Amino acid sequence: MKLYLKIWRQSDAASQGKLVDYELDNVIPHMSFLEMMDTLNEELVLKGDRPVEFDHDCREGICGQCGMMINGQAHGPIANLTTCQLHMREFKDGDTIYVEPFRALAFPIKRDLRVDRSAFDRIIMAGGFISVNTGQAPEANGIPITHEQAESAFDSAACIGCGACVATCKNSSAALFTSAKISHLAKLPQGKMESRKRVLSMVKQMDEENFGHCSNTEACEVECPQQISVLNIARMNWEYSLSSVLKK
Amino acid sequence: MELNAKIPPGPLKDKWSFYKDHAKLVNPANRKKMDVIVVGTGLAGSAAAASLAEMGYNVKSFCFQDSARRAHSVAAQGGVNAAKNYKNDGDSVYRMFYDTIKGGDFRSREANVYRLAECSAQLIDQAVAQGVPFGREYGGYLNNRSFGGVQVSRTFYARGQTGQQLLLGSYQALMRQVAAKTVKLYTRHEMLDVVVIDGKARGVIVRNLDTGEIERHSAHTIILATGGFGKIYYLSTLAMGCNASAIWRAHKRGALMACPSWTQVHPTSLPQSGDYQSKLTLMSESLRNDGRIWVPLKSSEDRKPNDIPESERDYYLERRYPAFGNLAPRDISSRAAKERIDAGFGVGPQRNAVYLDFSKAIKEQGKGQIKEKYGNLFDMYRKITATDAYVEPMMISPAAHFSMGGLWVDYELMTTIPGLFALGEANFADHGANRLGANSLLQACVDGYFIAPYTVSNYLAGEIKSERVLIDHQAFIDAEVQVRAQLSKLLETNGTKTADYYHKTLGKLLYDYCGLSRSKKGLIHAIEEIKKLRADFYKDLKVPGDEDEMNGELEKAGRIGDYLEVAELMCLDALTRDESCGAHFREEYQTPEGEALRNDEKFCFVSAWKWQGEGQEELLIPEPLHFENVELAVRSYK
Repeated sequence: MKLYLKIWRQSDAASQGKLVDYELDNVIPHMSFLEMMDTLNEELVLKGDRPVEFDHDCREGICGQCGMMINGQAHGPIANLTTCQLHMREFKDGDTIYVEPFRALAFPIKRDLRVDRSAFDRIIMAGGFISVNTGQAPEANGIPITHEQAESAFDSAACIGCGACVATCKNSSAALFTSAKISHLAKLPQGKMESRKRVLSMVKQMDEENFGHCSNTEACEVECPQQISVLNIARMNWEYSLSSVLKK
Repeated sequence: MELNAKIPPGPLKDKWSFYKDHAKLVNPANRKKMDVIVVGTGLAGSAAAASLAEMGYNVKSFCFQDSARRAHSVAAQGGVNAAKNYKNDGDSVYRMFYDTIKGGDFRSREANVYRLAECSAQLIDQAVAQGVPFGREYGGYLNNRSFGGVQVSRTFYARGQTGQQLLLGSYQALMRQVAAKTVKLYTRHEMLDVVVIDGKARGVIVRNLDTGEIERHSAHTIILATGGFGKIYYLSTLAMGCNASAIWRAHKRGALMACPSWTQVHPTSLPQSGDYQSKLTLMSESLRNDGRIWVPLKSSEDRKPNDIPESERDYYLERRYPAFGNLAPRDISSRAAKERIDAGFGVGPQRNAVYLDFSKAIKEQGKGQIKEKYGNLFDMYRKITATDAYVEPMMISPAAHFSMGGLWVDYELMTTIPGLFALGEANFADHGANRLGANSLLQACVDGYFIAPYTVSNYLAGEIKSERVLIDHQAFIDAEVQVRAQLSKLLETNGTKTADYYHKTLGKLLYDYCGLSRSKKGLIHAIEEIKKLRADFYKDLKVPGDEDEMNGELEKAGRIGDYLEVAELMCLDALTRDESCGAHFREEYQTPEGEALRNDEKFCFVSAWKWQGEGQEELLIPEPLHFENVELAVRSYK
């Protein structure tokens, strides 16, 4: 099939970007979206043009490195999918596709479709861990955790840190990302001890990184490739209020 | 040159304790003065960086991804092995050691493998303490599943995302140290050379991939935890950025490479569907706990799988290996699949796949049970193929996966360059000629958390008097000049073919001649072709853009330039080993039933290779393997 692409090109954070038109023939429905981009880049390189820079690595939906706004939707038209798992069979011959980077004040554009998501790392640095050194661990079965508890913690822990929640949010809020980590750790007995300090510190860092506030539109859950639930946000708010009150 | 593995004295089960009791220590005040560089932030790298930083060393950590959490350990699905014997099914450290040695077809060191099994239980404790949500039984205790090549259940898992959860544990431990300022983390930095001063590893040259800037960093010791290079086959289960460059450049500075041709071809990946394809997605081996593998009895079968009656199906693994059935080890399962596909019984549009069927398990256990165990894998399968595997069997095919080979290391995980360590998949150590499922996460973690802290300290104890090296030392200047010259060479060629063209051509050569089966004639042919391809690469490559900016094509070209050299050594390694063992199957050496035929008399050694300079054939230095605790047996899973 033939596609008309409008792709965001921008040399660096400081310059002005714009949408550039490309036409691509012979796109095969079995191709993944990124393989379609590879094909375009191959053509650009052979013409001596600079290929489109985009983030990607594992190409199986788990590393969280890929992410584009495709026709205005984070990771494209299919819900709960990463960009690398999107296939061209979701489009039809003659379609025009808009491809843009994830946009948020906290995710500055590096070049073309690559953005800087290091703000997420700094949120984790603020307390997204259990303070245990190598060698300190007790026997694993010494801390019984019910099946349901472990599964529920896993549901929160499954976040891949791609940033689609931020990109799709009208406020560019990182509430889903931050709350998923807070919940993962607070749901487990090992992580519970530090939970009060953790939530205050991680939320503070989230605010300092210029993410917006959550206004409960729940758009993030719709786009999240791992289907992280917005209930994590509710849990974070509860945990935050509790910790703030008890701190006083 | 004689290789000394530095195996501690004493009985097998006491060697690691002996080592730990006698290893030299660095006192806390001195640790602050010692700099450690760790390249790679997968399980081995982040575990080592975090653990060494907790001890008080100054650590610099580098990765090419945009966050340490994205290293490819993240993609491991099925699980991690540990000899906890929670299932009361007869497991023990010794049994795990024996399974691993046998699984590797008796081509690894007894002492290393025993230590891996010995440290396995401790890893589960560590991961649980970090908050890794392993699968639990209803009573609250940890659950296990089975993996290939063993008859006990010793695999711990977090649904089908065990690698991700273990990596988040070590990533979080690492970020905790970054926050404490004991680790300085450099993301989007790629290592391009090791700097050796007075025979010791003292620094690295790295390139900032966002700006193109070349940087020099010095330290008292360098740890490479840069993963495997299965991506050399182009189509593989690896991430796009996985590469051999860090270990290859260390090799060219004097570190020996061991058994580089021993690549695991994973039996359960999604089949190739076209030339545009960039990777093959893995479906976890854990699926073989409940999935049955079959092909039609009739060749070139056109009926849909569900229309083929039971009596016309060939469950070839159950037929050939009744004792292990669908859980036969990976090398054996992959070869058996290739045998059926080559004989014309393959299925799918390209006739390059076999079925993995869950209908029996769903009938017996119910869809809900299967969904809970493998839900995310079935989802992934549907996302990629638009097929519902609860209704129709999956189609799977073998794909290049794990590098058993890598930098040669001794018992301390130190390479032949003093002060240069290699951890995890980057080294050749524990897996011999074939790795058992769920042992890779284990090895990476054990190397990083439990071995490096002792062995690196033991090395650093001898370095407390050595001053910090300044980065304007002549060795740094020379290394940077070389790195820059290599980058310019790639940009100046200005030919007519893309880096991907060379990678795809090379990958096909390796699949055909140095993949699941190898022959003398094929390997000699491949070496000639690789030499031609490499010459063409430096004549006709096209890389747009500049070196002092973000340039994804230049990164790729650099890695492929290295692959073109690694590939030749892989073929030479395979050509000089006149036997079949594990993943290395030489067509000339097989039993009448088509099983691998080892030659213990002549080839009971590790092939370590020494770089002799551009255009020179590498020198083979064998490290003989001594088996004092196990008997060299024919590896049978029948």
